[in-house]
Amino acid sequence: MFRNQYDSDVTVWSPQGRLHQVEYAMEAVKLGSATVGLKSKTHAVILALKRASSELSAHQKKIIPIDNHIGMSIAGLTADARILSRYMRTECLNYRYSHDDALPVSRLITDVGNKMQVCTQRYDRRPYGVGLLVAGFDDNGPHIYQTCPSANYFDCKAMAIGARSQSARTYLEKNLDKFADCDLEELVKHGLRALRDTLPNEVDLSTKNVSIGVVGAGLDFTIYGEEEMSRLLTAIEGEERRGGTQAAAEAAQPPAAEPAAAEGEAMETE
Amino acid sequence: MALKATLIRRICPPCDDKLVHLRLGMTKRVNTTEMAHLGTDAFSAKSFWHNGPAPGAFYNFPGMQSGSCNKEAQRSQQPITTGTSVLGLKFENGVIICADTLGSYGSMARFRDCQRVMKVNNNIAVGVGGDYADFQYLKRIIDQKIMDEHIADDGFSLKPKALYTWLTRVMYNRRNRFDPLWNNYVVGGIQEGVPFLGAVDLRGMAYQDRHIATGYGGYIALPLLRDAAEKNPNMTQQQAKDIMEKCLEVLYYRDARSFPKYQMAIVTADGVTVSDVLELKSNWEVAHMISGF
Repeated sequence: MFRNQYDSDVTVWSPQGRLHQVEYAMEAVKLGSATVGLKSKTHAVILALKRASSELSAHQKKIIPIDNHIGMSIAGLTADARILSRYMRTECLNYRYSHDDALPVSRLITDVGNKMQVCTQRYDRRPYGVGLLVAGFDDNGPHIYQTCPSANYFDCKAMAIGARSQSARTYLEKNLDKFADCDLEELVKHGLRALRDTLPNEVDLSTKNVSIGVVGAGLDFTIYGEEEMSRLLTAIEGEERRGGTQAAAEAAQPPAAEPAAAEGEAMETE
Repeated sequence: MALKATLIRRICPPCDDKLVHLRLGMTKRVNTTEMAHLGTDAFSAKSFWHNGPAPGAFYNFPGMQSGSCNKEAQRSQQPITTGTSVLGLKFENGVIICADTLGSYGSMARFRDCQRVMKVNNNIAVGVGGDYADFQYLKRIIDQKIMDEHIADDGFSLKPKALYTWLTRVMYNRRNRFDPLWNNYVVGGIQEGVPFLGAVDLRGMAYQDRHIATGYGGYIALPLLRDAAEKNPNMTQQQAKDIMEKCLEVLYYRDARSFPKYQMAIVTADGVTVSDVLELKSNWEVAHMISGF
């Protein structure tokens, strides 16, 4: 990214027709740690990699429940995410109070998108520096929505955002056809595998640094506890990692071609 | 005229004008701009404390609604052009709501084709009694709600229970402001495959039941509806229509603000139909025998 004379204000267009401030805000999302979302016919699942700023502090919470039927995970400025989550919670709550019904996810996302757009068009505001992956379930089924600081939002079958998320997206693209018919456990395992691909070599998934949220038919938005997570992590432990050089536990001998081919996919420009 | 530094006699509570004491007991109403010209500057005692409560006076905190301030008189109203009873009944796979087409102007049968049952969307119908103007106001808002949904174009359709809850919130809120929408609503529809029927009144009181009748209908029609529903809990659409017509007929005989023309809204899984204006047959041959009025 080069510095130039058109990037000081969000209300200034560059001669190429770009709003640099908005693009810089999207860079902030890429700095946040990875988060993955995917859905089947019946459930929507979001998983996030939690970072701890030092050994002394707890891992930063990445998954925020919004309502019984909606939850989201964040990548980027946590403070901005908090404001957005407060807005979303209020909207959902007001709708539930006045209509005794769940706010349709698409309508909430539209409202959030409109709110975020205001900040990209006023000289006295800055764009929200956070990307959201919203998982929800309503009368139209499960949904995964991605929002950007540019105030764009996308309805996704599966998505990953944050640092090194390209590897996760690659995994999701390769396995997209399998998700629709998965049961909840299989879906979460796919998500964990995708998340694992975003890890640097020495680090591995553990109950400390992973967060999982699920929502679906007859299932209110729930964040998994340690027990459930450790069971799922053990279930995928034996499998090879595409991105890393070694698997967490060797069972039989790993295929010889694995390390060289996997290396290329792990690297992502930051 | 140069006025000497003067005493602010008191603050007028509704509008915060200051009543300034002049010579000889005359008081003059003064606003803030004038104050500046009275020889007082921004830091002198009186203007520093202005806008605050005078001793013994009520203080209007800035930014608060002047609810008890008498800026507007409290309104509890009276209804002007009114509709009488509305009846609602659940049957096997739907709901019927019906009402006559009269808008009474006091005791005068003034507007004889007011539509009091309306289709809201493909699975909700609403019937209304009480002040017709208040209904027309809320009808516009409900229609706007439905229009917003069309615009959103996201496959979602307002459900009867949602409209019923929303209506309760609106009516209760107005009641708390002593400014009610003087209506009785009956909301009926199909909620997730199951027939739904509820009523909301001008006080924000809301309830759901298998059979509903507002106004005089509560006294005259409801016993008939209850009886029929008890004997035949899963009645068919035709049976439901028949009992509704019977109730409307009895209401026409007994309710002095009723009319023999009526409309029915029927909601089933296939949608909502609001009938054309139908006419009740009535038999007044015993009328000459009735005395005492």
